[in-house]
Amino acid sequence: MLSVDYFCTAKNGYVMVRLYQILFIIGFLGMTSVAIAQHEGHASEPVAHDQVSVEQPVHANTEAHADTTAHAAHGEAAHGEEHAKEEFKIGEMIMHHISDAHQIHLGGSLYIPLPVIILHEGHLDIFSSSNFYSVNEHGELDYHDYKGYRNHHEMIEFVGENASHDAHGHKVMDFSITKSVFGMMLVIVLMIILFRSVANKYKRNVGKAPSGFQNMIEPFILFVRDDIALPSLGKKKAALYTPFLLTVFFFIWMCNILGLIPFLGGFNITGTLSITLVLAAIVFIITSVSGNKHYWGHIFWPPGVPGFVKVILVPIEFMSIFIKPCVLMIRLTANITAGHIIILAFVGLALMFGQQSPAAGYGVGVGSVLFMAFMYCLEMLVAFLQAYVFTLLAALYFGDATQDHHHEHEHDHEIQHAH
Amino acid sequence: MEGLLSVSVGTVFWASVAFLCVLVIMKRMAWGPIMSSLKDREEGIANALRQADLAKEEMSRLQASNEDLLREARNERDRILNEAKSMSDKMRNDAVGRSQEEANRIIAKAQAEIENQKQAAITDLKNQVADLSVQLAEVLLKDSLTEEQKQKALNHSLIKEFGSN
Repeated sequence: MLSVDYFCTAKNGYVMVRLYQILFIIGFLGMTSVAIAQHEGHASEPVAHDQVSVEQPVHANTEAHADTTAHAAHGEAAHGEEHAKEEFKIGEMIMHHISDAHQIHLGGSLYIPLPVIILHEGHLDIFSSSNFYSVNEHGELDYHDYKGYRNHHEMIEFVGENASHDAHGHKVMDFSITKSVFGMMLVIVLMIILFRSVANKYKRNVGKAPSGFQNMIEPFILFVRDDIALPSLGKKKAALYTPFLLTVFFFIWMCNILGLIPFLGGFNITGTLSITLVLAAIVFIITSVSGNKHYWGHIFWPPGVPGFVKVILVPIEFMSIFIKPCVLMIRLTANITAGHIIILAFVGLALMFGQQSPAAGYGVGVGSVLFMAFMYCLEMLVAFLQAYVFTLLAALYFGDATQDHHHEHEHDHEIQHAH
Repeated sequence: MEGLLSVSVGTVFWASVAFLCVLVIMKRMAWGPIMSSLKDREEGIANALRQADLAKEEMSRLQASNEDLLREARNERDRILNEAKSMSDKMRNDAVGRSQEEANRIIAKAQAEIENQKQAAITDLKNQVADLSVQLAEVLLKDSLTEEQKQKALNHSLIKEFGSN
């Protein structure tokens, strides 16, 4: 809040934009080192030596981050000697990072427990997820049961008291604040703080040119309004859907970016199917509720089509109303998850080669870091692009559902105009 | 892989609650004021532009009317000047005519006076001559009447003289 206010009062917008650019660049470089530091704790220890090698090219670029990561790496190196036999499994490491979890791993042996909320046989159990694990000296988690519940690969099961290690429990209703849910709440709090200050700025700055943070946000608000909502929905209906589209756009974008910020536990919010499912479901509900006679008519009785074609077309059209939001959901999840996997794969690459020989670790590490920096840039673009694509498609679906038949040509004309 | 592709009821629940909350809050708190002030500003700018256009139009219209006014004033001035000139000419001509007339009248009067005086003088002279003649005749008659001859001769000459008259 304080920093937002500070940015808002900064008079020179240009300098602020410059500052953001520099921060982003430093951030990119920092992320490469940070990504490594985070994975260290999970990746098996023998590679810890080579971790240092991966750090070194980064050290030159980032002052603050590299220091901490180097420290971490040294700490790990000591443990590394003892577990030399343990093998590094890249697939496990990647899956561990992109999957949802009941605790946030900040790196090393630093874990933030999250509340576990379980609805089991009609009563609510709320306790800290730290009851499920203890952190061992390598920074790994040793899981154990609590109150008859077991955290089985981040799925909470009820196994009963004093159950054997391989006992199969039954699923419980898990309403825990998981890593993704927590990240989502973080984004929401950030959004509310950020946009409230921007909205206040608008109220205070009536009749004046935008300044500070307002100036940075405004192009995106106008982008959503004028380049997404207006061309897809037309002038009259756009006002109704713009608040939703703006919320979805900024929510997805900020979630995507939060997932790219290192040292926060590697959130994969928009890569969590449950969350994109909700977004897609809301789009589906709004589309269906606002669908007019013409929209449903086109689906269940396509005009100007011979009878036997209708038999084929109607089921396809009917399926399409479900497929469209499903595609929205899968596209977003897949893109964001894929980005995380690629970045993690480069980390894993250096670690795998480091396992063979330190020299290979050094060599591959340099290339890995460069590729990772490139991928981070690309992922920043993807973060924006996926938010844009989701919002645009949602707007197009709403436009489809509310389109007035007589205005179709006029509408096309509008789109051309807008471009 | 199961963790990645599975859908957790709890997460769906929290995501729904969280997203709907953020949607409502943002709509009330942020998008409402932001969109309305954006709209106000855009309308303000459009208005200002339109007004500037109108002002420009008004300006050119005023300029044209100013020119018209100027031209009219110039014409008026010319007209007034011409009028004044012609009037002054007329007045001068009138004055000259009148003075001429007056002079003529005075001259005519003087001439008439002179004529009168002349006639008076002539009459006076005639009377005097007559008187003198009578006196002379008296003298002469007195003289001549004393002599018969002379009287006769005189009578004769007088008759001759007056008879010829």
